[in-house]
Amino acid sequence: MNDLNTNMIEKYRNSFLNEVEANVEEGEWVKMCMQCGVCSGSCPLGNAWEHPPQELFMMIRAGKREEVLSSDSMWMCTSCYNCIVRCPREVPITHIMHGLAHYARRLGMEPKEQPTAKFAQLFWDNLMKKGRVNELKLGIDLYFKVGEGMKTALKNKDIGIAMWKAKRMNPMEFFGGHAVKDLNGFQKAIKKAEELEAARLDKHKA
Amino acid sequence: MTEVVATNETILVVGGGISGMTAAIEAAETGKRVVLVEKRAYLGGRVSQFYKYFPKMCFPTCGLEINQRRTKMNPNITVLTMAEVTNLEGEAGNYNATITLSPRYINDNCTGCGDCAKVVEAEFDNEYDYGMSKRKGAYLPHVMAHPMRYVLDPAIIGTEDADKARAACKVDAVDLDMQQEEVKFNCGAVIWATGWQPYDADKIQPYGHDRFDNVLSNVEFERMCDPKGPTGGKIVRPSDGKVAKNIAFIQCAGSRDHNHLYHCSRICCMATLKQTNYVTDALGDDADVTIYYIDIRSIDRFEDFYKKVQDNDNVKFIKSKVASVTRDSGGNPVCNGVDTEGYHRYANAHDMVILATGMEPSVDADKFPVDIVINREGFIEADEKNGGIFAAGVASEALDVNRAVQHATGAALRAIQVINRVATTEA
Repeated sequence: MNDLNTNMIEKYRNSFLNEVEANVEEGEWVKMCMQCGVCSGSCPLGNAWEHPPQELFMMIRAGKREEVLSSDSMWMCTSCYNCIVRCPREVPITHIMHGLAHYARRLGMEPKEQPTAKFAQLFWDNLMKKGRVNELKLGIDLYFKVGEGMKTALKNKDIGIAMWKAKRMNPMEFFGGHAVKDLNGFQKAIKKAEELEAARLDKHKA
Repeated sequence: MTEVVATNETILVVGGGISGMTAAIEAAETGKRVVLVEKRAYLGGRVSQFYKYFPKMCFPTCGLEINQRRTKMNPNITVLTMAEVTNLEGEAGNYNATITLSPRYINDNCTGCGDCAKVVEAEFDNEYDYGMSKRKGAYLPHVMAHPMRYVLDPAIIGTEDADKARAACKVDAVDLDMQQEEVKFNCGAVIWATGWQPYDADKIQPYGHDRFDNVLSNVEFERMCDPKGPTGGKIVRPSDGKVAKNIAFIQCAGSRDHNHLYHCSRICCMATLKQTNYVTDALGDDADVTIYYIDIRSIDRFEDFYKKVQDNDNVKFIKSKVASVTRDSGGNPVCNGVDTEGYHRYANAHDMVILATGMEPSVDADKFPVDIVINREGFIEADEKNGGIFAAGVASEALDVNRAVQHATGAALRAIQVINRVATTEA
């Protein structure tokens, strides 16, 4: 092969698509999108997305790494699964959106001050402490770190009291809260998973 | 009793649509004996329900007439209508077929005068117009039906209507004692040409065919455009009878979709391009047609037809598969989606929406009488395991009329080869 050919192949070799296929959950499906647009049109929050899923897939295939990974769009997904149900090619769009968001977060490329990203982090940190989600603490964290603090908390106080009365939420959970039976084991398992994930990521970085 | 003279040198053709008729005629004209079995009361199948053909925009009635005449004139062909294959056993060169004939309640004396239909009062949905019009309990399926004989709906048997029909008939053609019967005969090869049915548009939930009057399927629209059809050829909205000018077509409605039909039905793009001509011919510059598509598949030489439609200022193309159809306060269907050329969100109201539904093969994989290779899409694969059974036309894959006829001719030749082998061994 002559230089011209090799150069052209290099030029059009889409390394970002390969990267997505290797690192993003269900990323190998991105190439299956036939750009019909049913996902974008079916999304109940479609108006809030800068780039609908169909466009994100095309951007990935066009190698727009920065624009995709720093995009706000995939953080808008609420997992209603309308797109997966209607996709004529059974592309697991919802999963890919979360996969992209997760991958962007790992690389530290997610948009700053993105409420969904912040909430996802709060949820994770909360879960890691006791192996269970402490709903009371998660709610309070959400009001103060994402919402408007006291104002948001007061707005929801009636719901909170009703949940307490119905024994759906215990105020005592504020002090520590209950954990899974084998908290040590749980944390070990998570640590191991994180190591494996990091190793996998390093491999593809190289 | 119906009698069929057949031997293991006879070819059984199942399905009397354009493919089955072609295969039967081609085989019969080489001197082979053929039994043609058709479920409906007449030959011609789906093609008889079309207004015009693409790409020449000529009338299918023309070609049908020729084929009906060839069938009628050929002493080698035995036609059984209202008949279904209920059993088939054996192997290439020697099959035993069982055919069940439903009673027509009209015998060969019928002259097609229509006196019976005049006196019968009960009315039923007309299946020929996909239920968009009514027919009497005594009816001629369509104006060019072959055989040109009336049919009594089984629902009127035992009612006053049936007696009225018998009394009105001057040629003693009404036979109310006719029973279902079974015919068994021997044959050497089988051509399976059971064709297709339009994919049930009601199953495409987001498009609202089952909820909105002004959302039609393309086969229904085809009947509407036919001057012999339910509206006399007027393109009007079913909800209020107003002339529909702003018409949208949604391509791949149920085709190329893992939730519906896996395959590309191949004909729907051309059917839509053809149907835009009906609209622009009827309304001229008042026509405002929109085609929503993923990609237009106007196969091989039809590209020229596509180009001509593209050049028409009254037809616009939007590259997008519509996500859902809703209805606005005026009863207009609204197409919602995001287009692929620029990712613009749209919500366009139209007078009427036509769903370009695809072809679902009529091959019943669960009840197929003998072992045969049927693929994931439901079509019969060409496979040696099929023995002396050959698919013709849309039983083998989604085809337009032109290709179905070519395919049927090929199937006839394969069947003839089996028969020739049988004849040689026995001689």
